[in-house]
Amino acid sequence: MSKKIVAMTGNHAVANAMKQINPDVCAAYPITPSTEVMQVFASFAADGAVDTNLVTVESEHSAMSACIGAAAAGGRVMTATSSAGLALMWEMLYVASGTRLPIVMQVVNRALSAPINIHCDHSDSMGARDASWIQLYAENAQEAYDNIIQAVLISEEMDVRLPIMTCMDGFIISHSIEKMELLDDNEVKAFIGDYKPHFPMLDVENPVTYGPIALQNFYIEMKRQQVDAMESAKQVILDVGKKFGDSFGRHYGFFEEYMLEDAEVAFVVMSSAAGTVKAVVNELREKGHKVGLLKPRMFRPFPAEEMANALKHLKALVVMDRSDSFGSAGGPLFTEVRSALYGVENAPLAFGKVFGLGGRDLEVHHVEELFKELDKASKTGTIDKVTDYITVRV
Amino acid sequence: MANLKELSHKPEHLAGGHRLCAGCGAPIVVRQVLMAADDPVVISNATGCLEVGTSIYPFTSWRVPWIHSAFENSAATISGVEAMYQSLRAQGKIPADKKIKFIAFGGDGGTYDIGLQSLSGALERGHDFVYICYDNGAYMNTGIQRSSSTPLGANTTTTPVGKVKQGKEQQRKDLAVIAAAHDIPYVAQASPAYWKDLIRKVKKALETPGACFLNITAPCHRGWRSKPEETVMLAKLAVTTCYWPLYEIENRKVKINFKPKEKIELTKWLERQGRFKHLFKPENAHIIEKLQKHVDDDWDRLQRMEKLDTIKL
Repeated sequence: MSKKIVAMTGNHAVANAMKQINPDVCAAYPITPSTEVMQVFASFAADGAVDTNLVTVESEHSAMSACIGAAAAGGRVMTATSSAGLALMWEMLYVASGTRLPIVMQVVNRALSAPINIHCDHSDSMGARDASWIQLYAENAQEAYDNIIQAVLISEEMDVRLPIMTCMDGFIISHSIEKMELLDDNEVKAFIGDYKPHFPMLDVENPVTYGPIALQNFYIEMKRQQVDAMESAKQVILDVGKKFGDSFGRHYGFFEEYMLEDAEVAFVVMSSAAGTVKAVVNELREKGHKVGLLKPRMFRPFPAEEMANALKHLKALVVMDRSDSFGSAGGPLFTEVRSALYGVENAPLAFGKVFGLGGRDLEVHHVEELFKELDKASKTGTIDKVTDYITVRV
Repeated sequence: MANLKELSHKPEHLAGGHRLCAGCGAPIVVRQVLMAADDPVVISNATGCLEVGTSIYPFTSWRVPWIHSAFENSAATISGVEAMYQSLRAQGKIPADKKIKFIAFGGDGGTYDIGLQSLSGALERGHDFVYICYDNGAYMNTGIQRSSSTPLGANTTTTPVGKVKQGKEQQRKDLAVIAAAHDIPYVAQASPAYWKDLIRKVKKALETPGACFLNITAPCHRGWRSKPEETVMLAKLAVTTCYWPLYEIENRKVKINFKPKEKIELTKWLERQGRFKHLFKPENAHIIEKLQKHVDDDWDRLQRMEKLDTIKL
């Protein structure tokens, strides 16, 4: 294995991964901040560096529709989008997963309108969390690159056959240059292997019907099969993460545990904000505080049991959500984590904080303030407020 | 061009036993379309009567590869299928001489209205496919709501005849001309009553590289409030009254394929359909006049267009 260290934005990293994956068809539509992924990829296509037929459709709805047609036809299919683009695909997300098509989509996380805002939060992909797509989240460009390569294998596995979205933070990761390692083209090619068609429509000698109407007597069984596929995906994600680690040195699981083992209090936070929190954890550890971090990588399927096991020894934890579910019992991550802890003996106190909507910066001192709350909760055994916002003017 | 006897020996790609109504125009159109195909075909189908009536799981009427994904995206879906075919062929994963044709079906709701953007995009991109709109002039699958193909004055469930309203208040959209404005190589209108003309047009469209569009009238006796046994007769009257002229636009050249010796009054088509019953009240005579004038104007315009060496819409 030869290491190729480069300085690259998240978008360029993902576009390079796509070049190495060399999908048969991409259908995409521009939207900030994911535009650049397909833009860079288009230049690869224009240079003949990929075999991909790039279909530049007239909307994200048509992008996902064309991806569905192409995947059913029988081949590797990828796309990328953000925010309103993902929202416009919403109807088709369910068709892609219900039809059990292995489509890989890079989501570059961005806030939803209104008011219109091009910056990062997770309201787009969190809005799609019930669409039966596997979701992986990246902290940085390296993870975004590694995730999308693994995504191909995960979604194509016969026990899974579900579409997958790999998510990275808009601008913070997509447009920031970071040091990272690119794999060799041949390494990626060998890792993902050849596509194995499953009932391809283009096998005209063996005609198949895709997308029939299934009513009261069959629909619910098909939905139940999607649940089983999500369950199977857990082991597949672990296996693929291990295979990736064994091959390239970077191991991946359901979540990253950072100084969590002996911690008394911890943060649970996804994506780029985890980097900021790690810096604070380092600093607090130097001062002797027993604090750690759990960074979820996989949100769908949600590893409830595994996460509860990793968190159950804590006295208190705070779950940080970069999106809200308005009027609910907390942000999407908080409600999942707290639900996972239900019934756990001596479960830690848990509270949720919504932060960073529309790209509002999360700074070190914000995290330090949160630690004070955590510390107080662990010492007093009580929490003031189950859910709240930080970094907001009231 | 095969004769009827030869056509009757061609394999049926749409199996009988589907759940479309007896006397429905849609499967007549589909069977004629599929008879025109000599190469293997792959089909996409918008949500609608044709889709729900032919694919009730675990049954399917389709003996050819077929996909339904949603309502507004039959064109986008087939463009993905066709893109994969082109990609795999270019890569040598499908033999270069393996010919497959691509057809997208949609009703008027899925084509004129909610699917117009998807259709426009696929036509502009020039995928090698044929889009076939089976036009029954309303949202029949959801229970006869008006579409932008519904004729002026028609009584539908969203343009009901009431104390102050007399059915739909707008003329229908001219979709074939909109399709032609994309400067695609082939656009045509056809009617299942003129099966020879219809099959010839589908053949031509399938053989023409690039995106082609066919608009085909498909009477719906439930929505038109007509007799099931008069479906083909109404498809014929639509032509002989010049409500639905048979024409084609091939590489910017217009050709009218059928010119009635004597144009039949539109009322002969209207009077056999309950959806226009209220128009025959004396106080609604002006609506019939408007409808007739619209048909006459369109027919005149079409004849003028035919005289031109080339049209650029």
